[in-house]
Amino acid sequence: MKFLRMKPGHGEVLLAEGDPSVREEEERLVEEFRRQLDEGMWAAVPVTNSGSGRREAQMVKEFADIPPESERVIFFPRASGG
Amino acid sequence: MLLALLALALIAVVLSMPLALRRLEQWRTERAQRPQRGAAHALDDLYDPGRERRAEQRARELLRSCVNEEEWGMYRDLGFIRVPGRHARREIDRGARAAYAYLVYPHKPIVAYVPESGQLLSEYCVEFPDLTGSGGRHRLPASDDVLAKWMALTSDEDRVIRRANMHLIGRQLDPARVRRDLWRLAEWERRRGDRQQVPQSQR
Repeated sequence: MKFLRMKPGHGEVLLAEGDPSVREEEERLVEEFRRQLDEGMWAAVPVTNSGSGRREAQMVKEFADIPPESERVIFFPRASGG
Repeated sequence: MLLALLALALIAVVLSMPLALRRLEQWRTERAQRPQRGAAHALDDLYDPGRERRAEQRARELLRSCVNEEEWGMYRDLGFIRVPGRHARREIDRGARAAYAYLVYPHKPIVAYVPESGQLLSEYCVEFPDLTGSGGRHRLPASDDVLAKWMALTSDEDRVIRRANMHLIGRQLDPARVRRDLWRLAEWERRRGDRQQVPQSQR
C-alpha cells in the first residue's frame, strides 16, 4: 500500500509504502496516516463502484476504513470556500 | 583589598577572552551565511522553470490513473470533467440518468447544471489550499485540483458542497462560456459515440 500526498509545486509525493499485513509496516502506515490527518489533510481511496462499475473515491477518516485491497491512499488538502 | 579585587577581575576577563572571541567568531560566520542561504533558496525558485510543468505532468498521470476512461478523455480533450450528482428528487429516478451534474474545471468554481435541459444552476467556489506548502506555494497543480474536486464530489458530495461558497452563475465564470463548454461536451460525446459504433458495425 502506498500513501501519496498532493503537493504544490511537486505533484504527488510518496509518503510511505508498506504491507499492512506486516505488523511493523502497519504501525508505520498508521502513524503516517494520523500525521497527515493532523496536518489537516483529507484521505481518499480510488475505488470501482461494484454496482455501476464506475470509478469513484472513498473518503477515509480512520486507517481501519481503508479497503483492504487498496493499493494507494491519496492525501489532499481539505476543501475551503474560495 | 580593592587592589586584590581589581586583580581578580582582570584575571577573570583575560581567562574568558578566548571564549568570548570564539562566540564572536561563530556569530560572524552565522551572520555571513544567513543571507547566502536565503539567496540560494531564491535561486532554487528562480532557476527551475520546469518545476511547475513537471508537477503538472505528474498530476495528470495521477488523475488519469484514478478517473474513468471517459472522464480522462473529457479532461484531455475539453479541459474539464463532468461528475454526476448523487441526489435524486424522487426515489424512482435513482439509478437512471443523474438529475443534475457538475462541471469540474481546474482552479475555477464547480458548476452545477441540469443535463436534460442544459440549465445552469450555480457556481460552487472551492479551493484546496495546502497551508503547509513551502516557498509560499499553496496552490496544487491544475490536474491535482481537478482530482481533489473529483474525489471530494464522488466520495462525499454533501461535505464539499457545504464547504464551498455558492453563487449564482456569472460570478466568476462567464455563462456564455459554460454553455459553449456544454455544447462542446455534447459534440465530444456524439463523436465518441460514433467512433465506438464504427468498429461494431464493421464486425
